[in-house]
Amino acid sequence: MSHAVASAGEGGFCRLMKHRAVQSLGWAVGGIAILATLWLVGGYFIAHNPTTKTFVKFGLVPTLEAFPELWGMGKIQNALAASGFRLGSGLLLAIVIGVPIGILMGRIKWFRDFTNSPFQFVRMISPLSWMPLAVLVFATWNGSIIFLISIAAVWPVMFATAAGLAKVDPNWFKVARNLGARPMHILTKVIMPAITFDVLSGIRLALGVAWIVLVPAEYLGVTSGLGYAIEDARETLSYNHLTAMVVTIGIVGYFLDSILVALIKRYSWHRGN
Amino acid sequence: MAIRGTEIKIQGLTHRYGSRSGVTFNRVDLVSPPGEALAIIGRSGCGKSTLLHILAGILKPTEGKVLLNGTAISAPSPRWVMMFQAPHLFPWMTVSQNVGVGLSFGRWSRQETAERVTEAIKLVELQEFAGSNVQDLSGGQQQRVALARSLVMEPELLLLDEPFSALDAFTRASLQKDVRSIAKRKGFNIVFVTHDIDEAVIMGDRAVIMAGSPGNIVHELDIDLPDPRDRHDTAVQALRTRLMSTFQEAANYKKPVSATLAAAV
Repeated sequence: MSHAVASAGEGGFCRLMKHRAVQSLGWAVGGIAILATLWLVGGYFIAHNPTTKTFVKFGLVPTLEAFPELWGMGKIQNALAASGFRLGSGLLLAIVIGVPIGILMGRIKWFRDFTNSPFQFVRMISPLSWMPLAVLVFATWNGSIIFLISIAAVWPVMFATAAGLAKVDPNWFKVARNLGARPMHILTKVIMPAITFDVLSGIRLALGVAWIVLVPAEYLGVTSGLGYAIEDARETLSYNHLTAMVVTIGIVGYFLDSILVALIKRYSWHRGN
Repeated sequence: MAIRGTEIKIQGLTHRYGSRSGVTFNRVDLVSPPGEALAIIGRSGCGKSTLLHILAGILKPTEGKVLLNGTAISAPSPRWVMMFQAPHLFPWMTVSQNVGVGLSFGRWSRQETAERVTEAIKLVELQEFAGSNVQDLSGGQQQRVALARSLVMEPELLLLDEPFSALDAFTRASLQKDVRSIAKRKGFNIVFVTHDIDEAVIMGDRAVIMAGSPGNIVHELDIDLPDPRDRHDTAVQALRTRLMSTFQEAANYKKPVSATLAAAV
């Protein structure tokens, strides 16, 4: 009896392991486990080397111990709220500017020809190099950081939108007009659903860029946010707090990226994706 | 779904694509009574599709005008709807959403839209696929969706630009019969362009033959056959032969060299 139950249990486990989602989760957990092991081993060597012993708190265990401490002090929540506001505002601004301009670039050839060179030129300027100018122009540090995030994130959104529109079947416009569609209908019923996949892919790229720009931008001037928290931990020699904030950045970035991947899957109409 | 036909009057219609281009067709005149199924046949380049696009309001004529019950066509309208060679469905939508897309451009209540969409889907016999994504359908089923999308607008005139040419023979034959039968039941006009003589005989009440450069209507033939039409029927075959010889004559048809040599031997 117990043998039969064990066999059934084993069969169920095998079936579960064949499930694609479970397999993916297994691989992800395996990857994270290897990364954690490397960190643990690295921490061990740091701790047992007299020249690096001072940095023992960079190790995995002290970092994990710092999390409840930081959470209890409200530092993680405050940093996330401040950084989230800047990231969200910057990204929203990039979408509000990037999508309409991308649509114009994809739809109107002369506009694309007219804007391509200046846009490519400005795109190539490192976003952080705008920092001194942003500080002069904007009255607040928040304004400067939001500007930096926007100027970094606008290009992927804009070019992905334009590329998406260039792939849209022109016959869909002909069909829509033939059925009585006005320009607003063509925008809302044809263009937007057709390019949602591309726009979201652009936003995903933009999020990555914005996340990269956010932290160094917060090293300067501001007294809140993830970048500030890291800089503050470095100055107070709280190395486990520093690594805990770095890990928080990784976790939150991964979480936001996963949301966008889910949205891309949800709104993709391309077969095979 | 109450659909009525319309009288089509084409008066002195001339078209050229640009000032440097040649004239596509010159001073075309034609009248089609309400409820007629009119076939336009002719060789490539004689302006058949251009004429159809002008009838749909997608292209503008260089000279002349098209009147539908006295109203001049100057832009696309749900009153005169065109069905293209490929279905061009919106791949992010279901069958129902595709069929109802034209209604969503107008001011239709949700209930009216649902009722008309259901009826149009029933007409093309796709009830069981109403909730399916159109990418899951076969080519013939997709063309049926495109037909329902046109019919749901309750047009007075349905324009078809070689709509079944990309389909297999069985699906094509079935759709040809269905379109004619729906048009006759509802009473709307059809104007269709085709290269297929069989299609003209099976679907049309009258065929006009375009030829020349610039093109013009050089012949017309009444297809006075009872419904339902069967392509193997002797009357259909006889009319097909007549239409083919008229078409060859109109197009200044010359026998291929191989055929002439074979006849001489």
